[in-house]
Amino acid sequence: MAEVVQPAIQAAKDERLKKEGLGARLMKRPELGAIAGVILVTTFFLITADSAMFTLSGIMNFMTPAAQLGILAIGAAMLMIGGEFDLSIGSMVAFAGLIFGAATVTLGLPLIFAIPLTMIVAAMIGAVNGSIVLRTGLPSFIVTLAFLFVLRGASLVGLKIASGGSTQLRGVRDAVEGDWLAPLFSGDAFGPLFVWLAEAGVIETFNNGAPKVPGIPVEILWFAFLALVATYVLLRTPAGNWIFAAGGDSNAASNSGVPVRKVKVSLFMLTAMCGALVAIITVMDSGSTDARRGFMKEFEAIIAAVIGGCLLTGGYGSAIGAFFGAIIFGMVTIGLTYTDFDQDWFQIFLGGMLLIAVLFNNFIRKRVTGER
Amino acid sequence: MTQDSKFHHGDVSTDAKPIIEMIDIEKHFGNIIALAGVSFDVKPGECHCLLGDNGAGKSTFIKTMSGVHKPTHGTITIDGKPMNFSSPRDAMEAGIATVFQDLAMIPLMSVTRNFFMGREPTIGRGPTKRMDVQKMNETVVEEMRKMGINLRGPDQAVGTLSGGERQTVAIARAVYFGARVLILDEPTSALGVRQTSNVLATIDRVRKQGVGVVFISHNVRHALAVGDRFTVLNRGKTLGTAKRGEITPEALQDLMAGGQELAQLEGSLEGTV
Ligand SMILES: Nc1ncnc2c1ncn2[C@@H]1O[C@H](COP(=O)(O)OP(=O)(O)OP(=O)(O)O)[C@@H](O)[C@H]1O
Ligand SMILES: [Mg+2]
Repeated sequence: MAEVVQPAIQAAKDERLKKEGLGARLMKRPELGAIAGVILVTTFFLITADSAMFTLSGIMNFMTPAAQLGILAIGAAMLMIGGEFDLSIGSMVAFAGLIFGAATVTLGLPLIFAIPLTMIVAAMIGAVNGSIVLRTGLPSFIVTLAFLFVLRGASLVGLKIASGGSTQLRGVRDAVEGDWLAPLFSGDAFGPLFVWLAEAGVIETFNNGAPKVPGIPVEILWFAFLALVATYVLLRTPAGNWIFAAGGDSNAASNSGVPVRKVKVSLFMLTAMCGALVAIITVMDSGSTDARRGFMKEFEAIIAAVIGGCLLTGGYGSAIGAFFGAIIFGMVTIGLTYTDFDQDWFQIFLGGMLLIAVLFNNFIRKRVTGER
Repeated sequence: MTQDSKFHHGDVSTDAKPIIEMIDIEKHFGNIIALAGVSFDVKPGECHCLLGDNGAGKSTFIKTMSGVHKPTHGTITIDGKPMNFSSPRDAMEAGIATVFQDLAMIPLMSVTRNFFMGREPTIGRGPTKRMDVQKMNETVVEEMRKMGINLRGPDQAVGTLSGGERQTVAIARAVYFGARVLILDEPTSALGVRQTSNVLATIDRVRKQGVGVVFISHNVRHALAVGDRFTVLNRGKTLGTAKRGEITPEALQDLMAGGQELAQLEGSLEGTV
């Protein structure tokens, strides 16, 4: 065999590579926009809001709704990175709430059965969603829009049957009272630690010496835990690579050996289960479930994911971004009550944030792909 | 260039058993007949060129071979056993790797992530099972260097690569994973002189290791440089298979263009094509 031109011995560094500053490297991270947003919103409320907002109880106050939305947003973000939407997650919260309520109150099941049952039903509906999308090739937008109505309607009808004519099912709190699994899904965690901190004078207390914040609401822990797991999966596991690939170009991914169908159906199931988790936590918290639960949450979750850097076209985004996107959401919703502004500014604020986030993400994507 | 190339060709004995055999493959897309009964086989250690005009059905054919399309009719056997690929993943598990004409790369993902897409090496077990990122990056840089391209960085997004660099990633990936059969659909269409010679040398190298290569090209010189057998497709059918040395470059070129027209053109272009 004749000589094959061998590349000359290369210098360790490519001379065509300009040194990239920390700033430029950060610019390429999808979650940058959301982190900048958190800083911006925090600054805004530090200036305009009552100082109570950033006390421990104030923080828990806005982190609780942020976490409830954030659990959905992380699911929605994973699904968006995988190239699909699920507009039915809000309705799924209501429907899973019904299943959970019926299981605990009507059937009297203990949580060890009621929770897996709710999760399995949700996962199955997610799988149906995903299978229809993949089998027909229709946009997931339209298929899940249908399920937005179907599940909301089913929740109404089902609630009337389960409660005998009302659209609210009460008595969940009594039904799960004393269940050994309950602390995992309701109330506050680390109670003794907070009591101890209160005694030590580190955190604020009521006059009777009890801490003002009795612990960390469990949804916040679930939220943080899911954000970490999702980030690990996306960045470090083969499954994460498959999710990015399936969303980036499902045809190319499939030709390269990625089981695209399996990946996408799993993501639909995961998103639905995130809805079910939020349903379980919020229903146990309020002690009842109703058909309006999760109303409009699908849009809020998608907005949080987009603020967090997810592209609507798929294949790009981050779970940590969605985490911060949801925190921005919680801060703005609750934060306005600490200011002199009219509450109704909220939606204007939100629309503005969304627009800025999309413009910013578009710019980032062009930088990453080299303006092509 | 004449038929004499710088490569030692695979001395494949005529009675060697083919690795993969495609018998009477038909592929219909609705009422379009893309393939109307094509038979083809690849033996270990040979480079079998698939030639033909635009739209002849070459890409469709290799896509049935790599599990992307299910043939409407016909059988695929591997080592004599009938196979039924239900996805490209199945074909890969059988040791078939493909460079598709459209490359099957994802612009938003890094070179490394693209390279190992679908076949990521892992370390750890159970819930700590994760991609071996360091090994992945090192392998990519190394494999690309072998093909004559020095990457700026393995974490660069494929969308920022030049067309030829992108093609080289796809080739390097297929060579790395092509344990038994390597299919290349016009792999050199965007490549520079040095990279083209590298690709041809690579075909020669893997052929020596006993891999069967399917090489699609519109360039007769490239085909003649490495090919052991030449099958010409025309309008979804085979015009025939020729062994190396049994056919002149001119005859092959005429066959590829479907006959007449090129001969006339050649006159006016004074033999430059
Ligand atoms: N998915 C499809 N649906 C309908 N027709 C198709 C499809 N794929 C290929 N064809 C048709 O089959 C024929 C063969 O296409 P193919 O891509 O295999 O050609 P080719 O030989 O690879 O050509 P080229 O040299 O231009 O790459 C074309 O006429 C094409 O229009
Ligand atoms: Mg082709």
